[in-house]
Amino acid sequence: MTPGLRRWTFLVAGGGLGALLVWGFVGLPGFGHYPGPYGDLLNSVAVGQRHATDVVTAINFDYRGFDTLGEEFILFTAATGVSIVLRELRRERERTAVDEAAGREAPATSDAVRMACLVLVGPTMLVGWNVVSHGQVNPGGGFQGGAIMATAFVLVYLSGEFIALKRLSPVHLTDAVEAIGAGSFAALGVAALALGFPYLDNILPLGTSAGTVDSSGTIALISFFVGIEVTAAFVLIVGELLEQTLLVRGDR
Amino acid sequence: MHVFPFVVVAWIILVGLYGIVTSRHLVHLIVCLAVVQSATYVLLLGVGYVSRGAAPYFSDIALHSRAVDPVVQALTLTDVVVEAAVSALLLAIAVQTHKRFGTLDPDELKELQG
Repeated sequence: MTPGLRRWTFLVAGGGLGALLVWGFVGLPGFGHYPGPYGDLLNSVAVGQRHATDVVTAINFDYRGFDTLGEEFILFTAATGVSIVLRELRRERERTAVDEAAGREAPATSDAVRMACLVLVGPTMLVGWNVVSHGQVNPGGGFQGGAIMATAFVLVYLSGEFIALKRLSPVHLTDAVEAIGAGSFAALGVAALALGFPYLDNILPLGTSAGTVDSSGTIALISFFVGIEVTAAFVLIVGELLEQTLLVRGDR
Repeated sequence: MHVFPFVVVAWIILVGLYGIVTSRHLVHLIVCLAVVQSATYVLLLGVGYVSRGAAPYFSDIALHSRAVDPVVQALTLTDVVVEAAVSALLLAIAVQTHKRFGTLDPDELKELQG
């Protein structure tokens, strides 16, 4: 199929799809007229029941915790998949370096970039940790904070210190942290079962008042486990992808 | 304009699909797939919006004040995580494709397979 013909076919089919979508959307309750009832119900009971002022996190790690367990294992599986797809193939090391832009030297990382990245590592880690540990109080939680904490590791790479990144996050350590994070989430559910409660039931004391870091029982704990799992998963994925540039470029 | 946000959803899906259909580079194609998926964020958040509702965080607003639906927001979070996972896997496959065939143009890849 030629590109032109393909484009015309899409314009016809896409026009039909667009019309169908808009036809369907017109039948939805209008924007701003959410009919409920689940969201309204949770908004009114979550703070009292779970001592968590962030209802989204309360849903993720408690009311809908079992779904989130699956979600976490999607990320876990993706990190595993990336490692397997990008595993070192035979002969790969033997391949000679191919300069993709012959006659143009790869510029060295400038001192300004290096300095800015290294200065930002600490604050980024702190912000990420703050987002993880306050997920039950403010917008945030394990997934969001984990992604920010992984950024701190990427900043180390951007500063030109790939070797330092590898030393900071050796693969076996990252693997272990990721497995501990994911496994602890599942184990917390089993602990509830062992005590005679439903799976992933909130078995820990909820704290005296809502809106504090030590409130909300297992929600805060799961947020922590998810945080370290997500950090490790992203560091693993980014590390695997970055390692490929080294393989392709050879030992430069 | 009660349907306008949903028209935006349809528009994002179609723009992303157009990019996928006409793509000449696998990385560009993966980004277009992310665009298609981002339509679902707009749809979910649009469905759960309550007129003049606050975000569902009761740390600095009164307990029973009007707030938007938190369930769709939690679903959107799941959506974002899945999107990140899918993109990472596809990018890894693109890296291997380039290693194996020396090109990332879908048309050239088709010719290589005969």
